[in-house]
Amino acid sequence: MSPILFYLFAMMTLVFGVAVVANRNPVASALSLVVSFLGLAALFVGLDAFFIGVIQILVYAGAVMVLFLFIIMLLDLKAETRRKLNPIAYAGGGAVALAFAAELSIVLQRFAPGHAPFPELPAGVKVDDVRAIGTTLFSTHNLPFQVVGVLILVATIGVVILSRRELK
Amino acid sequence: MTITLNDYLMVSGLLFAIGFGGVLLRRNIIIIFMCLELMLNAANLSLVAFSRFNVGADGLPNYNAQVLVFFIITVAAAEVSVGLAIIVALFRARATTHVEDIASLKF
Repeated sequence: MSPILFYLFAMMTLVFGVAVVANRNPVASALSLVVSFLGLAALFVGLDAFFIGVIQILVYAGAVMVLFLFIIMLLDLKAETRRKLNPIAYAGGGAVALAFAAELSIVLQRFAPGHAPFPELPAGVKVDDVRAIGTTLFSTHNLPFQVVGVLILVATIGVVILSRRELK
Repeated sequence: MTITLNDYLMVSGLLFAIGFGGVLLRRNIIIIFMCLELMLNAANLSLVAFSRFNVGADGLPNYNAQVLVFFIITVAAAEVSVGLAIIVALFRARATTHVEDIASLKF
C-alpha cells in the first residue's frame, strides 16, 4: 500500500474515531463510526485482505451501524444536555488512555521485527483470499465455525426474549 | 519510505486507546457501546497486519488470522444485537441511557 494512501486512511480512521468520542449528538457519533469503519476497511484492503475488507463494510458499516441508528431513533435520543462533570474522573480517564498510547509507542519502538517492511507476495500468484479463508474455515476451524452458528442462534432467541414487553 | 508492521500496529493501538478513552469518559451507554466496537476493530486491524506480515511457505498471508477476524466480526455482531436489546429493555424500565442514573448496583 502506498504510504500516502496508508496515511490518508489511517488519519480517516483515527480522526473519525475521535469524533465518535467527542460528539455530543449520538447520531453524529454513529455516522462518524461508519466513516471510521470505512477507513479501516480500506486499510484491510491495503493489507491484501479483500474478504475481510468487504465483510467489514457489509457487516459493520452496514448491518451493525444501521442497528445502532435504529435504536437511537427508537429511543429518540437528543444531544446530551451538559451535566456537572467530575473533573477528577475525566482527568483520570484521559490519563489512563494517554498512558496506554504512550506505553504502546515505547513498546513498538523496541519491537525490532516490526521495523522490517512487509514481505512481497510472490510475483504471478493471485491472492485468492476468499477461497483460502473458506477452505481454512471449513477444514481446520470447522468446529469453532459450528459453535459460532449455535452462538448466533442463542443470540437471536435471547434478543426475542429480551424484547418482550413483560420480562418473566 | 515504506510502511512497516509497526505503523499498522501503532494505528491499531491508537484506535484502541481512543475506544478505551471513550469507554472511560463518556456517560451515554450507547456511545460506550460504540467505543467497545472501536476497540474490537482495533484488535482486528493488528490481527490482519500480522497475517500479512507472517507469510507462509507459499508466500501467501497466514489465513488462520483472517479466519479469527471473521469469528470476531461474527461474535461482535451477535454481541451488538444482544447489547442493544438490553439497552432497549433498560430504557423501558428506567427511561434513561445515562450511566450515572443506573446506579442500583453501585456499592
